[in-house]
Amino acid sequence: MSSNEKDASEIKLKSKISKTELKRQKVLLIIAALYVIYGIVFYYLPLAGWIMAFENFSIGKGIFKSEKAGLRWFKYLFKKNSSFPRVIRNTLAMGSLNLVSQTITAIGFAILLNEVRNTFGKKLVQTISYLPHFLSWIVVTSIVREAFATNGMVNELLVNLHILKSPISYFMHTQYFWPIVAISNVWKETGWNAIIYLATITSIDPALYEAAAIDGAGRWQKIKNITLPGLRSTIIILLIMNIGNVINAGFEIQYLLGTGVLSPVSTTIDIYVLNHGMKNFSLGTAAGIFKTFVSMIFVFTFNFIARKTGEDHLF
Amino acid sequence: MSDKEKINENEVLQNEVKENVEKDDALEKAREARKSMAARSAAVKEVAEKTSADGQVAVASGEAVIKDIKFKKPRAKMNGWDWAFVICNTIFLICFCIVTLYPVLNTAAYSFTDGREAILKNVHLLPKKFTTAAYKQVFEMPGIRWGLLTTVGRTAVGSILSLAANALLAFIISRKKFLFRNGLSLFWVITMYASGGLIPTIYLMTKLHFVGTFWVYVIPGMVSAFNILVLRTFMDGIPESYEESAQLDGAGYMTIFAKIISPLCKPVYATIFLFVAVGHWNSWFDALIYNKFNIKLTTLQYELQKLLASLTQKTGSADSGGKTTTQSPTTSIQVRSAATIATMLPIICLYPFLQRYFVTGIQLGGVKE
Repeated sequence: MSSNEKDASEIKLKSKISKTELKRQKVLLIIAALYVIYGIVFYYLPLAGWIMAFENFSIGKGIFKSEKAGLRWFKYLFKKNSSFPRVIRNTLAMGSLNLVSQTITAIGFAILLNEVRNTFGKKLVQTISYLPHFLSWIVVTSIVREAFATNGMVNELLVNLHILKSPISYFMHTQYFWPIVAISNVWKETGWNAIIYLATITSIDPALYEAAAIDGAGRWQKIKNITLPGLRSTIIILLIMNIGNVINAGFEIQYLLGTGVLSPVSTTIDIYVLNHGMKNFSLGTAAGIFKTFVSMIFVFTFNFIARKTGEDHLF
Repeated sequence: MSDKEKINENEVLQNEVKENVEKDDALEKAREARKSMAARSAAVKEVAEKTSADGQVAVASGEAVIKDIKFKKPRAKMNGWDWAFVICNTIFLICFCIVTLYPVLNTAAYSFTDGREAILKNVHLLPKKFTTAAYKQVFEMPGIRWGLLTTVGRTAVGSILSLAANALLAFIISRKKFLFRNGLSLFWVITMYASGGLIPTIYLMTKLHFVGTFWVYVIPGMVSAFNILVLRTFMDGIPESYEESAQLDGAGYMTIFAKIISPLCKPVYATIFLFVAVGHWNSWFDALIYNKFNIKLTTLQYELQKLLASLTQKTGSADSGGKTTTQSPTTSIQVRSAATIATMLPIICLYPFLQRYFVTGIQLGGVKE
């Protein structure tokens, strides 16, 4: 079918549909219109609020009457002695640390759990592994604070094992904060993140494992040559989806744990937005826009690389 | 006894003898078969041992042998390395479970321990001098009580509204004949990637006069693209013929949604309901930014956070928590633990029974975060 014919038939189809179907779909159309209104109000209007970043916004004057400021607030973010570059560093560092540690632990856990032959044991371990995912960050940080306290269980364990001579006060020194954030994230999400990898492993053709067994492959060889390659495309897709989140390194755990002396290493972009944005809407919005753009750039770049190297890609 | 009967009797006897002979034959045959089978499986074992690989190596020795093996279902032959792997793996997974559970159980133990014992920081899995004083104290706090009420309210109202709203929209988008199917679907997918950010959202809520109300918890996040994606994937799998036959019987779209699609979607509805409910139960940030000063409208988790922060301050810092002695019968660690356990209890009790729904959801939606 030539493209012209195709177009013609599509137009014909559409006109036909609009006459007969429009009436029949009246209910659907009305409801859909309500959803569009809802979507515009709660999801698209905040996007229009980005204008605030380009003006000296004052609540009294409102969005449309505040004076224009051009790129003033973006320049302010990167001016000399600004704390924002450090905030970006914190965010990227914690974000990448989280991404790497969570991906590795989730894959490792999924593979090891898959090797368990006992169905009941497997189910039990998996159920236990989800538990922390359902706890709020407030509960988790409360537990982490107790665990890493000077007289908490981590110090107790390390001292008893003679790894440490005396307990460390982890929350008094900045160098321990990022690892604590990564460990907390791993503790909370490993089991949950492993679900998708386990599902992928289950879908690998069992004939591959049987064939490998005939050729005399051991467990380790099967994992290396069948399971991991089978997971490859899932890993890449998940990495693309999560790489944009590196800039969303998190807000809750840093906000709840990283107070006082820790704030130089714990302030992420989100916390910066909250702290400065409540006083200065324009500055907060500018930082928010910066974050969204960086996130988009990350996702598109990684997707581009994946596509160029012949891997699976999102779009 | 007549001759006929005698003859009959003889015949019967003869038959019996014949049968016996036949039985013997059969037995002998069976014995032979068994011997050969034993020989075969011995051979198989030999082969298996020689190659020291799985029992399935025997595939090479022919089909009959495979049948023997499948019948006997021997465990896969394991060499030393395999055993080492299994043992290490088991130990590792047990450690994993301990690391996951111990902090929670330890907190629970502290919450039931008497104040003087708790201060020594010597409690592990079991409480010492069992008491529920800390729980009584926690539930007498007005903040916690109001927080519990608000949280239960928003979890119930919010989850139901959200499920209804998402299901209806997913239903519309999954109608293959719907005129603006692609447009509507794109409209919502965009919201997944582009968001206005915190400050414009707060400003919008102020302008809409949502700040300081209960509805700020429920309405803004009611429809979410991810949930629609999950529901839609499930609904797309329902054959169109259901809808068509109902339409022939004169059913409108609303009837099809309520009477045909929804009953088929029960499992995925449960999934979405639970996702949303857990989110509502654990939320605290919206209480912080919108209803901080209205004690009657803060959420349970936010009140927990306030309580934890105040107790940590009271004893200096978390690090010196154990060293300071207080006169009160309940110590800060006890109250902290009790409040923590109390807020997570409903979820801990429910999730093992509901986990299959969560897993369905995560597999339908591909990935969440």
